[in-house]
Amino acid sequence: MHTADQTLDEILVLAAAHFRVPREKLSPDDDFFKTLGIDSLQTLDLLTKLENHFGVELPDYELQGVTDFRTLAGKIQSRL
Amino acid sequence: MSTMEVLGRTGQAMSYRLNDGVVELALHRDPCNEIGSVSLGELEAFASTLENLQQRAHTLVIYSDLMSGFCAGADLRELFRRSQTMDKAEALQGVRHFLERIHRVLNLVDAAPLTTIAAVNGVTFGGGFELALACDLIIADKMARFCFPELRLGLIPGFGGIPRLKRDCGNAVVRDLLLTGRSFNASKAQQIGLVSQVVAEGEALRVARATAAQVGKFDRQTAIAAKRFIKPIPHEELRQEIDLFCELFARPEVEAALKKFVESTDAQPYLP
Repeated sequence: MHTADQTLDEILVLAAAHFRVPREKLSPDDDFFKTLGIDSLQTLDLLTKLENHFGVELPDYELQGVTDFRTLAGKIQSRL
Repeated sequence: MSTMEVLGRTGQAMSYRLNDGVVELALHRDPCNEIGSVSLGELEAFASTLENLQQRAHTLVIYSDLMSGFCAGADLRELFRRSQTMDKAEALQGVRHFLERIHRVLNLVDAAPLTTIAAVNGVTFGGGFELALACDLIIADKMARFCFPELRLGLIPGFGGIPRLKRDCGNAVVRDLLLTGRSFNASKAQQIGLVSQVVAEGEALRVARATAAQVGKFDRQTAIAAKRFIKPIPHEELRQEIDLFCELFARPEVEAALKKFVESTDAQPYLP
């Protein structure tokens, strides 16, 4: 069972690896669109990576308006 | 002819080659193989060769050369730009003509006397999803994503998506995809029976080729007969789909939604 902190940390590690940015550059409250500089197709990639990693389904509409890693982690945590 | 002889053609949006009984159609139009007038013209030219290719090939594999995905669907920017240069009646006539042409192409792919495999990666949305649904098998990279976002524009899928999805999946799945507009990943798509194999990132084409080699071991006449028996084309529903799409397209809400989409700089423009 993941704790909320573990979930958040795994998201940060995964995003850093996928978008090839140093993990220490990412913070829980960062706007990931800005920090990662990702476009719509890359956003979908991130969503798929997260679903595959955590084994959950994240409907796109649940992520509408979500811009920071912490809120994203909360959405995933609620489906674990 | 030698079984290793290579034939093919390269276009602006796609290329195909015939090699050892397998036709490989590679999509390569940036940013994500959107289907506009250029792609449609090349698809028509390719589809017209399918009947003849059966003498030399047993399998067709359709895949994307782009990392971004298999195909993001209709070229909405071109559709919007063109419709702005015409009056309403003319624009609607143009849309109907485009749909009738793409339906002819997808019906030819659907009924092709070859075993057809869509090897998909990344974005497989709208018309891209519909192209994959016309194939006999879908092999998906685990980063593939499937979606019918059309309702977000006030439309329904127009390239045969609903009738073909209904043919392959339960009606509840069709409603879920259409009425929520959400996207499914490859595992979910396999779980609902849409995808035959989910493979590691970057492996869809290799697995499709291995599958094609297996398909090639069977007697072709039997394979063709089996396909005709188990994969009927829902012609009547496909025709109704064109009518309904055109009826919806005529509404001002669609023009406004297309304008919003085309002008959006949002990271999630496909969301309403």
